[in-house]
Amino acid sequence: MFYREVGQFKTNYTADSQVFPILQDKVGIIAMLVIAYVIIPMAGNDFFITTVMIPFLVFTLATIGLNILVGYTGQLSLGTGAFMGVGAYSCYKLTTFFPDVNIIILVLLSGFFAAGVGIIFGLPSLRIKGFYLAVTTLAAQFFLEWAFIRIPWLYNYNDSGAIEVPQREGFGVILTGAAAQPVTRYLVVLSIVLVMTWIASNIIRGRIGRSWMMIRDMDIAAELMGVRPLYAKLSAFAVSSFYCGVAGAMFVFFWLGAAEVESFDINHSFLFLFMAIIGGLGSLIGCYMGAAFIWILPIIIRALPEALGLDVNAATVEHINFMMIGGMIIFFLIVEPHGLARLWQIAKEKLRTWPFPYS
Amino acid sequence: MNVAVKPADTGSDRANAPEVMLDIRNVSLSFGGVHAIKDVSFNIHKGEIRAIIGPNGAGKTSMLNVINGFYHPQVGEITFKGETRTQMRPYVAATQGIARTFQNVALFRGMSTLDNIMSGRTLKMHKNFFWQMLRFGPAMQEEVEHRERVEEIIDFLEIQHIRRTPVGRLPYGLQKRVELARALAMEPELLLLDEPMAGMNLEEKEDMSRFILDVNDQFGTTIALIEHDMGVVMDLSTRVVVLDHGEKIADGTPAEVSSNQDVIDAYLGVAH
Repeated sequence: MFYREVGQFKTNYTADSQVFPILQDKVGIIAMLVIAYVIIPMAGNDFFITTVMIPFLVFTLATIGLNILVGYTGQLSLGTGAFMGVGAYSCYKLTTFFPDVNIIILVLLSGFFAAGVGIIFGLPSLRIKGFYLAVTTLAAQFFLEWAFIRIPWLYNYNDSGAIEVPQREGFGVILTGAAAQPVTRYLVVLSIVLVMTWIASNIIRGRIGRSWMMIRDMDIAAELMGVRPLYAKLSAFAVSSFYCGVAGAMFVFFWLGAAEVESFDINHSFLFLFMAIIGGLGSLIGCYMGAAFIWILPIIIRALPEALGLDVNAATVEHINFMMIGGMIIFFLIVEPHGLARLWQIAKEKLRTWPFPYS
Repeated sequence: MNVAVKPADTGSDRANAPEVMLDIRNVSLSFGGVHAIKDVSFNIHKGEIRAIIGPNGAGKTSMLNVINGFYHPQVGEITFKGETRTQMRPYVAATQGIARTFQNVALFRGMSTLDNIMSGRTLKMHKNFFWQMLRFGPAMQEEVEHRERVEEIIDFLEIQHIRRTPVGRLPYGLQKRVELARALAMEPELLLLDEPMAGMNLEEKEDMSRFILDVNDQFGTTIALIEHDMGVVMDLSTRVVVLDHGEKIADGTPAEVSSNQDVIDAYLGVAH
């Protein structure tokens, strides 16, 4: 009734190939942006911004990175955590060498280091497919974890073996370190994540994204149509790792403040894989949904008993939390194996004909 | 209707001066002890519809795979547009203008019809990564240009209504048609069709035959066709080559081939 494209005509192909071709979608997106940029910074307290929003956005970006590789190119990877680590450690080294450079620039530059490492560990994908490739990406995970411990140069020979984020400025504002305001950090993270999502959507809808999906869906046909697997797969590894690297740098610099190797272990790799699967492989909006599902939902459930005035033991809440999240993961994957993004898409398709689906 | 389709000039002079587009000489292909193709030679003239027929396991699909570089023959030469080679990579075949469809539909199932056909334009799109990132200016212009060509093909094959449908949801007959559209989007000079009518009902076969004839006529595309439906083969093709157990047993016009005793024996069997 309210959500349909009746009367919204497209008169050229540029208009026809927009991400949000329907007016109602555009209004929705603008509303979300207003909430993200105006209402949350104004109304949200520091706890909400630091514990909920910043990690949610960072995890979303990492999930987008992983989704480019797994969801769009069909190359299974378990090395996300390690590629994030490469981004974080290279950002740390960069800011050690160039303390005066705007930290945002360094965060983005560190993505290139991750991309380089990603290409190297992506080389086996030219010969190996599926689960076997996943095992070779485990090699990346273990090797890089080893490197983060055994190469003290990476953490500036710090006794604790951890990288501690120094105070850094950009545009005359303190952006990182203990003195940085949560709202400032939130706005930086939000802007980077949104711009990178937009870029990812552009790449995916263009020739390069199509060649990734061709490799994913039918690699033989793709090759016979002129896609070179070498370029397609390695570019996917590079872009994916770039995104993971930037996410890793933001993870440490704008959220944790200090990190050691445990922050980039295989559990995190699995976490992002789950986010990508629950959100929906091959969907960008799914990355947001998956990250929200895995990160924000437990926080809400944890806060629920107190908000309702129930006196429940904290440990019990945590147990219930695990059970509910686990149950919901199973439920959603049974209802729609293609993830929350597909559910959202089906809902939109139904909405278009509601309330007269047969008219 | 078919706006951009102009009659090509190749059709008219086809009869008097046949120009050899693809020449296959003494090609042999074996996998270990299995000899899929044994010393086969034939050629394909520019602008013709060349049928390759034969009983199951005769080596027809292997022949197509050799032509577009997916299999590498151990012996023999392939001359395409004057260039001789023993083997090549599929990528090179695609750049030279060879497109194909598959016996078992090999569409990109996760993509929409439109994206599937757009993927056929991959080789013709050149804007670099940074423009693609912005999807603006030259990249967008290129995208729109190719979209226009794709829309022409969509009109030509009458699949406007399924433009946005993911191909996995389409019925089999339409999937075959989308696959043909995808191959046409490459603007090939030589189009290899591997059993385009397999599993279709009569009406779908007639539609497909009409499209094949139209493609040949209006785009001037040379077509090599594998098909089991003899009625279709005899009606559509200019010349027919018959393979059996990897060997060529006949080559000629449909009339010549259908009266050839070896062919009749191969299809019907002989008393031993």
